[in-house]
Amino acid sequence: MNLIEQMNDKALALGVPLSAHFDVTYRCNERCVHCYLDHDDHGEMTTDEIKSVLDQLADAGTFFLSLSGGEVFMRRDFLEIVAHARRLLFNLKVKTNAVMIREPEAQKLRALGVEQIQISIYSHRPEVHDAITKLPGSLKRTLQAIRFLKAQGLKVSVANVLMTENLSDHKGVQALAREMGVQYQIDPTVTPKMDGDHSILNLRIPGTILPEVFHDETLVGNVEEFCAPPQAPGEDVMDGLPCSAGHTALYISPYGDVYPCVQFPLSCGNVRQQRLIDIWKSSPEFHQVRSIRGRDLHTCSGCGHVGSCTRCPGLAFMEGDMRGPSTADCEKSFYRTGIPSANMKKNGWTVPPSHAQAQPILVQIHPLRVESPAPKELATL
Amino acid sequence: MAETYIARSTAIAARMLGGEMMVMSALDSTFFTLDEVATVIWQAADGKTPLDRIVTEKVCPEFDVAPDVAFNDAEEFVRELSQHGILLVSDHPIAEKQDNA
Repeated sequence: MNLIEQMNDKALALGVPLSAHFDVTYRCNERCVHCYLDHDDHGEMTTDEIKSVLDQLADAGTFFLSLSGGEVFMRRDFLEIVAHARRLLFNLKVKTNAVMIREPEAQKLRALGVEQIQISIYSHRPEVHDAITKLPGSLKRTLQAIRFLKAQGLKVSVANVLMTENLSDHKGVQALAREMGVQYQIDPTVTPKMDGDHSILNLRIPGTILPEVFHDETLVGNVEEFCAPPQAPGEDVMDGLPCSAGHTALYISPYGDVYPCVQFPLSCGNVRQQRLIDIWKSSPEFHQVRSIRGRDLHTCSGCGHVGSCTRCPGLAFMEGDMRGPSTADCEKSFYRTGIPSANMKKNGWTVPPSHAQAQPILVQIHPLRVESPAPKELATL
Repeated sequence: MAETYIARSTAIAARMLGGEMMVMSALDSTFFTLDEVATVIWQAADGKTPLDRIVTEKVCPEFDVAPDVAFNDAEEFVRELSQHGILLVSDHPIAEKQDNA
């Protein structure tokens, strides 16, 4: 177990939200075809409110902080927010489309000690990228920003969301990332819109494409290991937690709503009404999420994939049951190993429903691999 | 002999977790956890207080350790963290760096 895993275990034992994802705005200068957000401002938090939330996160013990949106630079106070977060010594990652980053912003981000900037690129071809963002010239400006950030010595990673519109371009984006000396991660995430509109799910990549992705060693590393048949789950799996959401991680919206994760829309409270630590410790919803163990999962506890599946409880929740299967992850497990999941067998599916077009489903694939070494560690001093 | 002054770099992240200080360098992503003694030195690294005073006034009384032993350990600790840019070391007091956001 590495040092960060040890710290995570310690945070779990102590009930500390070690990681937080904080969307400071939902406003955006791009209109990406696959985006799930409502970009109108329905009363996002003020600068002072956000600073107060950051203070509360620091007091609660949060170390890893991601500031995201929307587009974070749509807030004129964004660098002030970053400065405050860094004064509180968070390990800070910023997610942005980078269109509004020029040399002064890059210099400031570097001076403030931001750990990493994650930038979305959909294609190496402007006509494809700009068609997805609906912002003419956006790829050119984003690439310029990456050069400004790299020139400052900042760590940059490119997140490449895969969907039908850019299905054949991930190799090109990967090559572009390599050429620019930045990390690359494939992140084919298409989820329903916040208003419940499922139409954007038409952009999901067909499940039949997944075997090709899962057998690409540049994306997954050791293919044999990655695609190996599942092993029989042990007691550790049955007693284990589905993921860190609500255990050592939380999400905060621009309106102050607190959720277990950005993809787990179970409202646990609002920081405009309660202290963050009270929500974290006392929310019945958080307690409900925390009560779930591997053996409590309907269908999945009897599935051979349960020990290796990337089942997302948030996606399961959006399908109707946080203890149930996440069909999108059944799909991944099936196309990764060729072995049907218990959920598929139960429903009589020979292939997952996205391929059979039986129902609209979510396609959500966590980043498969980051092309950079894990943080270096030294022994306790 | 010249005094040694130490200051925490601004390019780090840090948080106390259950009595241990986690520190990560934003420069090279090196991740450390500091034990209680190292944490005391870390917290006292204000750029103004000489290392030998930190050791004699903060470390020795709290941990009941001989000054020469504590000072040798502290020097090694400072050397290691400074190699990763996590601690700044000087023979003069180090002015606090203000961010200008």
